[in-house]
Amino acid sequence: MTATETKTQEARPGFKVMTLLEAITDAMRTEMRNDDRVVVFGEDVGKKGGVFGATLGLQDEFGEQRCFDTPLSECGIIGAGVGMALYGMRPIAEIQFLDFIYPAFDQIVSEAAKMRYRSGGEYTCPMVIRSPYGGGIRGGHYHSQSAEAYFCHTPGLKVVIPSTPADAKGLLIASIRDEDPVMFLEPKRIYRHGKGEVPLGEHVVPLGKGRIAREGKDVTILCYGAMVHVCEQAAEEAEKAGRSVEIVDLRTLVPLDEQIVLESVKKTGRAVVVYEAPKTCGYGAELSALIAEKCIEHLEGPVVRVAGFDTPFPYTLEPLYMPDVKRVLAGIEKTFVW
Amino acid sequence: MTARSKPKKKPVARPAAKAPARPAPKPAKRAPAPGPKAVPTETAPTGTVFFVLEDDGTVARGKDPNLPRDVLLFLYEQMVQVREFDRRMLMLQRQGRIGFYGPILGQEAATVGSVAALEARDWIFPALREGAAAMMRGLSLTTAISQLIGNELDRCKGRQMPCHYTFKEGNYYGMSSVIGTQISHAVGAAMAARIRGDDVVVLGYMGDGATSANDFHCGMNFAAVYRSPCVLFCQNNQWAISVPCSKQSVSETIAQKGIAYGMPFVRVDGNDVLAVYAATRDAVARARAGDGPTFIEAVTYRRLGHSSSDDPSKYRDEAEVKAWERKDPVDRFRRYLTARSLWNEAAETALKERIAKAVNDAIAAAEAVGPPADETLITDVFAQVTPQLREQLADAMAVAGKRVNDGAFPL
Ligand SMILES: Cc1ncc(C[n+]2csc(CCOP(=O)(O)OP(=O)(O)O)c2C)c(N)n1
Ligand SMILES: [Mg+2]
Repeated sequence: MTATETKTQEARPGFKVMTLLEAITDAMRTEMRNDDRVVVFGEDVGKKGGVFGATLGLQDEFGEQRCFDTPLSECGIIGAGVGMALYGMRPIAEIQFLDFIYPAFDQIVSEAAKMRYRSGGEYTCPMVIRSPYGGGIRGGHYHSQSAEAYFCHTPGLKVVIPSTPADAKGLLIASIRDEDPVMFLEPKRIYRHGKGEVPLGEHVVPLGKGRIAREGKDVTILCYGAMVHVCEQAAEEAEKAGRSVEIVDLRTLVPLDEQIVLESVKKTGRAVVVYEAPKTCGYGAELSALIAEKCIEHLEGPVVRVAGFDTPFPYTLEPLYMPDVKRVLAGIEKTFVW
Repeated sequence: MTARSKPKKKPVARPAAKAPARPAPKPAKRAPAPGPKAVPTETAPTGTVFFVLEDDGTVARGKDPNLPRDVLLFLYEQMVQVREFDRRMLMLQRQGRIGFYGPILGQEAATVGSVAALEARDWIFPALREGAAAMMRGLSLTTAISQLIGNELDRCKGRQMPCHYTFKEGNYYGMSSVIGTQISHAVGAAMAARIRGDDVVVLGYMGDGATSANDFHCGMNFAAVYRSPCVLFCQNNQWAISVPCSKQSVSETIAQKGIAYGMPFVRVDGNDVLAVYAATRDAVARARAGDGPTFIEAVTYRRLGHSSSDDPSKYRDEAEVKAWERKDPVDRFRRYLTARSLWNEAAETALKERIAKAVNDAIAAAEAVGPPADETLITDVFAQVTPQLREQLADAMAVAGKRVNDGAFPL
């Protein structure tokens, strides 16, 4: 079910219609009620409720001990989070924008990611690092980046990216309950675009399971985050031109649901990988390699990447940079005509 | 740096004893009137604030620095211009003509007073709220507004969000949005000036929030270890978005962080342009004389939201804002000038008209300019454009459709 499909629906009993952003708040609230080891902290998450409003109401409900503002130090936020996690808590650290995570890179890559392995499993780091990421909000260089590949390339980190409100809640709860550090990257462009039905209370979407966002038979699009919605629009257009498009929303980049990817590509024989990060060494490169390794004999055309540019993120020319419906359509055509 | 050029350690005065714990100074105590020639730096936290102007613009006997008339008028006119520019740009943002704006209302004296204390050859490393420094160094209003629009005249070529000016001819560095990183850059540039034997001092700015960032700590330490010719200037406007300074740090003052690094420091009333000017001038003179860096805390206040996207009523009390309005830097200084017969109504009206016209003309000129060429998406990644980038641009251009920026910046 897509966010847009349920836009105008009344919620069924046991569900509520929410934005992706509200679903994220709901997930944290649910887990904070469930488990007193869960704490939420980061810059401006307290009274202000976060710059996007993801933590609105949490400090009011749970107090300053469990939802608190930090000094302006990403390194401090993550470093302290690692300490809390290894002590036995379930910290949720918010990094205001993924673009500002680099001062904490060392804590994430050298410490959080390796804690379990290096201590022979004695110490672990069950922490969630939440951060809005991606373009589409006119944020220029430093409020738009898609840095998922760095983290996917770091053994020991799980990387999760939701694309619908229901998934946002279910995947975040699964991430909080997970025994390992999870990078939970939130496509801020669709924080408030479109609403969807979200189950009230407990709702877990297991990590490592992708989702068929749309069934089709001629070509598979592999995507995640805000790009899922761009691809859905492109699929509608392609359908009019007689191309039946299947869309796989990966949901979890690490660990990847290889089965859903390979089954879909084997069925359609064509694959387009869409991601807004810079093209070179982006996550799509990994998917292309996987397809080449494991099902090349089913391919009827090249695996095509539709991605951001190998440039820093622009401001004025953002619409040229971002993969859009037209570029996805062009990518689809390249799998047929080559 | 080689061993040969490693500076000899000069003992830096340290506090004799641990300062007794005491409540944060609110309102801060003020130092007894020191003469204009020497703004005393401190080596122990006393919480005092150096000032010249009273809130009503009067000056205690013997405290007037008696700056020349042209310097005084320059300071005033710059402050008025900064304020007017700021007001108009926020309006443009509200009208949807620029995407974002970070206002500086109430902080004019801190920027104007400190930049005015430099020589033109000295370098400036700004943080978020010192864009006025670029204009003081000669960046035209049209080019500045072009940056806010992100058009073809923008020196950043439409790549950065608004308020990220860059102006190399003015020795004004173009910052990133990442808080604190410029502090180390300022220190490194100062180290370079020293190694090269250039008579250049570097002024590096930061906010109170930035003092929590990694780069603050390494920057301060490097500055002191290498006795680099720089002045590190913290605009403590009491807030880092919604986080008050009291939650950013529990040290009694920001200024006293200088102690930890063995750096002289001074806490100055940031809404008093004469005090800011004097404190910076002295710090610059020390740096120029080879006496190393100084840390300045300018105590001021961010009267508006963090940016055009922020609603401060969610997290702070309006009464606090009102209290700071009484310390308005422009009003205070105007009263001072008026009392000395250096300023009057007519001069004020003429100045405002002149500025309004200059800003109007600049807006019109900037808005007439189109967006940067599509090719600029791939230039400047490296000195030479790579074949991959050319291919990527060609692919996208082949299918590029209507451009729509559909997002609204939340911060
Ligand atoms: C490393 C980093 N983290 C977070 C942010 C988001 N952010 C932008 S401004 C700001 C607060 C800055 O406060 P301060 O340093 O006091 O400067 P002021 O805005 O008050 O001038 C924050 C948290 C950022 N730009 N960079
Ligand atoms: Mg501040």
